[in-house]
Amino acid sequence: MTRALIGVACALALVGTAASAATVPRGPVSITLPGDAGFAFKPGPGVIAAQTYCLTCHSSAYVSTQPTLSRAQWTAEVAKMRSPYGATIPDDQVATLVEYLTTQYGKP
Amino acid sequence: MRLARRDFLTFAGSAATFALLPQKGGAQTIDLPFENGQRPVVAFPQKRPLLLLTPRPPQLETPFAVFDDGVVTPNDAFYVRWHEAGVPQQVDATTHRIAVSGAVNRTLSLSLADLAGMETIEYLAVNQCSGNGRALSSPRVAGGQWDNGAMGNALWTGVRLRDILDRAGLKPSAKQVQFDGLDGPVLPSTPDFRKSLDLAVAQADDVMVAYAMNGAPLPLLNGYPVRLIVPGWYATYWVKMLSAITVLDHVDDNFWMKSAYRIPDTPDNSVVPGATGFPTIPINKMRVRSFITNIADGATLTAGSQTVRGIAFDGGSGIARVELSSDGGTTWHQAALEHDYGNYSFRRWHATFDAKTGPQKLAVRATANDGATQPVKQGWNPSGYLRSTIETYAVTVR
Repeated sequence: MTRALIGVACALALVGTAASAATVPRGPVSITLPGDAGFAFKPGPGVIAAQTYCLTCHSSAYVSTQPTLSRAQWTAEVAKMRSPYGATIPDDQVATLVEYLTTQYGKP
Repeated sequence: MRLARRDFLTFAGSAATFALLPQKGGAQTIDLPFENGQRPVVAFPQKRPLLLLTPRPPQLETPFAVFDDGVVTPNDAFYVRWHEAGVPQQVDATTHRIAVSGAVNRTLSLSLADLAGMETIEYLAVNQCSGNGRALSSPRVAGGQWDNGAMGNALWTGVRLRDILDRAGLKPSAKQVQFDGLDGPVLPSTPDFRKSLDLAVAQADDVMVAYAMNGAPLPLLNGYPVRLIVPGWYATYWVKMLSAITVLDHVDDNFWMKSAYRIPDTPDNSVVPGATGFPTIPINKMRVRSFITNIADGATLTAGSQTVRGIAFDGGSGIARVELSSDGGTTWHQAALEHDYGNYSFRRWHATFDAKTGPQKLAVRATANDGATQPVKQGWNPSGYLRSTIETYAVTVR
């Protein structure tokens, strides 16, 4: 049993009788997140638009882990990202993005 | 909360710092049982290697085998889910404040030291993402593609939300209570993540502002230094890095309540795939679920008597019964329930079955104290929420 589990077991033993030894935390905690951790959009026509507009808010993993969505579904996703999610995708880039996503991550 | 970039860099110097652990020989990957289910296994700060769904915003899934280790999910194995990439990477518990305002008689600015002076409550409770198991939806839906590891069970320690509301004093016009955390969107045009509860729910005896998780401070990625605990309810309401409690005199109409995290307002909260135009309500209490934890789908077993272990939970009524089937759900045998850690906790169970040579299909079904049980067929909804179907495990016996 690890030390952490022993700590939890001790805490559990006190449930229902008294408070555990837990106290309010103090001071700063700092972490360093890994950015996009090596994820990148697949190359292909329209990839610049994907890099420009999708990567503003999320890594390409959000796209590459989706099931193979249809053109209609990718169209709906791009529309959803513009509103309500507020992505600043210009009107003339929508078709480029949908074509790229459908070709690289979707089904015809 | 919306943060300017400089706020992310405020606390330098003596901070306890954690960085990504280097991966030796490249990241291992795990293939989850659905299309595009390959996941790198990566250790984020304060975490052991977990299944990486998306690095930005950070979303990490707990490998399912962890749930076989004990009733409690260790902090370093607990799944991670953020909506927006503005996750502060430095947070100081000493200077952190929770602002209480809105339809109250006294606005408050509570420090962690203030919480330490209030009555402590503590219990075990399951935290489960609304979309846990979304990738198993049929037909599949867009969204965070979780297998069943976007859940965990922990001992939470903190103070009653009700005691905080009492200290502020509610005005007669109070209708809902809205919660906001330190995280924020990248773009100012993106709706900041905020969630609200009806007053009756917010004033329940056990809704908690928690400062400890399994007897230790919360990992930063699970909401250090304080998060809301709404036991029995899906985790969307368990706002992390809680920084503002606002009492509303109206039903919250912000995007994350009005448009997101909604379920069909139909008898079983499902609709025919592709349906539109149906009424919806905010997602709320968790549905009853059960899992086998010591045998994976696709496992090979030895013929003879086999022990099966697992967990069950529901939205707070507690588990009345767990049954195991070794013939794909035709016949059922009652499992033994293990120690009861309270109605909000995982309930461990075990059973034995006679493994006969050839393919066999195990299935597990829980029934809650409120009478709810798990359906054979999962109802569909457009967001892939509320998964509670009977889980099955195909095994080969040699």
